[in-house]
Amino acid sequence: MSEIPIAPLVWAIPGLPLIGFVLNMLWGGRIVRLFGDARGRGIVGGLATLTVFGAFAVSVVALSQLLGLDPEHRRALASLIPFAERVPWIVIGSVSVHFSALIDPLSVLMCLIVTGVGGLIHLYATGYMADDRDYPRFFAYFNLFIFAMLVLCLGESLLLMFVGWEGVGLCSYLLISFWYDDEGNARAGNKAFIVNRIGDVGFMLGMLTVLAAFGTLSFRTEAGTGVLDLAAQGRTAAGPLTVGLASLICGLLFVGACGKSAQFPLHVWLPDAMAGPTPVSALIHAATMVTAGVVMVSRMSVLFVQAPTVLLVVAAIGLFTALFAATIALTQTDIKKVLAYSTVSQLGFMFLGCGAAAFGAAMFHVTTHAFFKALLFLGAGSVIHGLSGEQDMRRMGGLRRHMKVTYWTMLIGWAAISGFPGLAGYWSKDAILGLSSGMVPAGMVFYLVGTFTAFLTGFYMTRLMAKTFWSESRTDRHGHDPHESPPSMLIPLIVLAILSVVGGWLGTPWANAFERFLEPSLPEVVVAEGHGGIPHGLGLVIGALVAIAAMATGVLAYRRAPGCELLSDAAKRSNPLYRGANALWGVDGAATAVFVRGGGRVAELISTWIDRRLIDGLVNAVAVVTGFASEIARGVQTGYVRFYVKTMLAGVLAILAYALLSAGAR
Amino acid sequence: MEQHILTLLIFLPAVGAVALMLLPIRSGQASGGSLAVTAVSLVFAVAELGLALVAWSGISPGMRGFQFRVQADWIPDLRVRYDVGVDGLSLMLVLLTAFLTLLAVVYSTRVERRAREYMVFLLVLESAMVGVFCALDLVLFYVFWELVLIPMYFLIGIWGHERRVYAAVKFFIFTFAGSVLMLVGIVYLYVQTGSFSLVDMTTVGSPAAQGLAAIPARSLMWLYAAFALAFMVKVPLLPFHTWLPDAHVEAPTAGSVILAGVLLKMGVYGFIRFCLPLFPAQMAASAPLFLAISVAGIIYGAIVAAIQPDMKKLVAYSSVSHMGVVMLGVFSFTELGLAGSVIQSINHGVSTGMLFFLVGMLYERRHTREIAAFGGIRRVLPLLSALFMLAAFSSAALPLTNGFVGEYLVLQGAYLSDHSGPVYAAFAALGMILSATYMLWLFQRAFCGPVRHEANASLSDLGAREKLVLIPLAALVLWFGCYPTPWLRMAQRIELAVLPGPVRSAESNALTHWAPPREAQP
Repeated sequence: MSEIPIAPLVWAIPGLPLIGFVLNMLWGGRIVRLFGDARGRGIVGGLATLTVFGAFAVSVVALSQLLGLDPEHRRALASLIPFAERVPWIVIGSVSVHFSALIDPLSVLMCLIVTGVGGLIHLYATGYMADDRDYPRFFAYFNLFIFAMLVLCLGESLLLMFVGWEGVGLCSYLLISFWYDDEGNARAGNKAFIVNRIGDVGFMLGMLTVLAAFGTLSFRTEAGTGVLDLAAQGRTAAGPLTVGLASLICGLLFVGACGKSAQFPLHVWLPDAMAGPTPVSALIHAATMVTAGVVMVSRMSVLFVQAPTVLLVVAAIGLFTALFAATIALTQTDIKKVLAYSTVSQLGFMFLGCGAAAFGAAMFHVTTHAFFKALLFLGAGSVIHGLSGEQDMRRMGGLRRHMKVTYWTMLIGWAAISGFPGLAGYWSKDAILGLSSGMVPAGMVFYLVGTFTAFLTGFYMTRLMAKTFWSESRTDRHGHDPHESPPSMLIPLIVLAILSVVGGWLGTPWANAFERFLEPSLPEVVVAEGHGGIPHGLGLVIGALVAIAAMATGVLAYRRAPGCELLSDAAKRSNPLYRGANALWGVDGAATAVFVRGGGRVAELISTWIDRRLIDGLVNAVAVVTGFASEIARGVQTGYVRFYVKTMLAGVLAILAYALLSAGAR
Repeated sequence: MEQHILTLLIFLPAVGAVALMLLPIRSGQASGGSLAVTAVSLVFAVAELGLALVAWSGISPGMRGFQFRVQADWIPDLRVRYDVGVDGLSLMLVLLTAFLTLLAVVYSTRVERRAREYMVFLLVLESAMVGVFCALDLVLFYVFWELVLIPMYFLIGIWGHERRVYAAVKFFIFTFAGSVLMLVGIVYLYVQTGSFSLVDMTTVGSPAAQGLAAIPARSLMWLYAAFALAFMVKVPLLPFHTWLPDAHVEAPTAGSVILAGVLLKMGVYGFIRFCLPLFPAQMAASAPLFLAISVAGIIYGAIVAAIQPDMKKLVAYSSVSHMGVVMLGVFSFTELGLAGSVIQSINHGVSTGMLFFLVGMLYERRHTREIAAFGGIRRVLPLLSALFMLAAFSSAALPLTNGFVGEYLVLQGAYLSDHSGPVYAAFAALGMILSATYMLWLFQRAFCGPVRHEANASLSDLGAREKLVLIPLAALVLWFGCYPTPWLRMAQRIELAVLPGPVRSAESNALTHWAPPREAQP
């Protein structure tokens, strides 16, 4: 552990957005009323945005101070409560959790992404949400999300990470159901929270197991007794760390990661989450929150590398999700749904990287993806804004003439996600694919399927561009012409476009500054590069060719397609692959049938038969029997004195007789 | 005063009740009279909370043994004594009682029908509940225990809703039938030990303790069963829970709050205060059964809650689920689990109390609790909705709300325990999913969507009295959630309790300092 000068200010990273939340939640509405609509909104939105950029500034200072240290010393603890050291949260028995932060390359990287991209999206939202009647509430929730996400990234123990973990789930719920007047949005919010909770049970059980095994929940401690400190030495609190124990913990934690990062079969909530305002989709459901699973797995990577079977499962689920979601993305007509499934698919790539023990590459993809996917979502939001709320790509087209800035920035995003050589996505995706080819067993299978999925990525993104910007306009012109968005929305697009180009240059195979920076946070055991896999140079060439081929195929196919549709309606009906993908491969339908309808039926049966009929029936039966018995007993209570006297006499005689007889017997 | 603070705590509300009865007003008299009733009951409820806080500040975590202990002869011929004292556990519950009763009084200042009797019953109830948590003599405890039933019976039976008489009788018979056997058990204990004193029976070497140790194991098991039955009906554990939804639905709002907030905790308290010191081995032997019905209750209560069409019933069944968590903690026999269940008991009082108040406020506005009769009211009632959401998430144990701390500690304790272990923890953790499901679904149907009913469009948001009730609860939700340290310290101060089996506590503290000479030597 080291000391860094910024430590006493680290609280401000999550603290500033929290202050923004409290102020806007309590007084946002009043500010708008007091200062008039335009100025009030400016204050509310400006406050929210500035707190996030303030947190960004502190994060940058933390980064620079961290870089000033030797790589092996880039690790420091800091309090999350201002003007206080180590404030306890839950301290009892073997549980000892304080409000403290772990400052290391991984957490600082995530802070930079969350506050940097987050700040840009806040700025964008001041334009996008400008006319919303619940403007203060939106920014309060938005700030709360940033706070929770930063706690997730900074927390020095699993339990504090869990606070952020559930906190971002809460904010996701609040923002998906932001427009709650439509009950469908509220339902989508519920789905997101509940599916996330399924994952959270996995996280919780993994955490309980960690405490049982390591006797602590802290990642690192001064004394070197943290979970990761011990695991790095291959031991627990009481003995050696067995593969079985490591596998149990990692398997459970990975269930949590699947929930938060929308991996199959817990991906079902993410596409529905698009019910929220578009800045929400960009910030939470693309750039930051959904990558939390990858962050958590990377944070616990010291344990994961000791559980090879779990790593294989992680890679397999990641790969399958990537392919599965990419096929669905090919068929969606809602522009946000395409991007949502694309996000699911890209998250699959990240987990493929984790599974290949290429945590640095996975985190690199987290970073570049945050740039280009936020860009694409914000661009889509600009399109939706320009078309006054239209999201169906079948009613778009030809927008490149009306929305120049949006178009050119989206074009960069398109090239970046498709893996066009030199752009951000190219470097990170190829790093993952190249390392996955070295996996044992079946490295080549992972590589080939992954590369095929990369091809699909380029193709469905080209489809999106064609349907939105290139083809003939299919907008119904009853309203005014599509219009370009205000500068507050365009500036973030331009900045993110620049980052989508240059962001990958930090992690080129020749000079991988990114991975070298992250090294202190990650396990030393990393799969030897090119070990049994394809050589570096070849991988880069193949990656470039696949990306260009996918983009070119898409461009050519859609240039000639009538009405910008490749398949006729008849073909869509008859083609089983199209139908399957368009029906989301039946997963959502099955989940709804089993859990929602089936679960409701079961609950109904239990409530009726067990609770009301069986248990309460027994209770009432007892009451009836008692009542019946007292009916009989009541017969004796005749109320006639002569009856009582006779009965008493009979009793006395009986007792006397009994006494005499027993005396006689003795 | 220090010396008599418990006596004051126990009898002050009863004095208040007497004062109310002596007020020179005729029933049915106009506002002047009800103002006097309100003033008197508020004064006594506030004074009681103040006293509880004084007691709280007078106890420090380092102290050992029962504090503020007072002993006096009551029925000398039978060696029944007035013996009261508190530890962390009982003081927390006393504080909760005083706090919730005050809120109930504030909330009920709007009661018009027979307001004076209503307040009298509330105050008598408070005396009885505080008595339960302070009594160390078994007869005294039993008297208070049964005394609780009477005012609650009348609160439900007179001020309840449509089926109030059925619910009141059911409530009375269930809990009374459960506790009659406890009286038999107490008498049997007296016959064997010559004492009614809990402390005597658990003091090593005393005649009473020797008498207890001489009781054959089989009889001890029956004794334990008699106590446990009374407590598990009160908690309530499966399958003795069906009185709870009926009682809640029919009870007036304040009655529901006290019922869920305090009365259920009496069962938990009984297990920790009496069963753990007197019958640890028997408790350990019964752990598989109790763990099973606790965990089953968590899941069962949540599933049944999810489909209730009536909001109050939904909250009532959620209590069954939450109390399952509490009992899981008790029967984990770990320091963490036990502290967790104490914390969870208090938190359940806060969150569920808040939910019952909120449902009551909705009922006052619309005269229905059917979820389907609402919808979209978030737009109409923003503050009420925000507070409802807070209470719902606290009930669903979101971190940084009060619900999480207890639930996590119970799960961790259950996981580490030799008695329960990871499998029980895993099943109990499913409650995390289910609680989110029923709470969010309720919120969606009642608060989101468009305003469907004309009658809902013009409802008015919270008034001053309602804010006065809800805001302290909301503050506690966040305080317990973010800074539970003072409560955690108090929750560890449990006198006499013996944890059977290997104890994983780091330091040997109050939980372990006494081990009973239990098994008779062959």
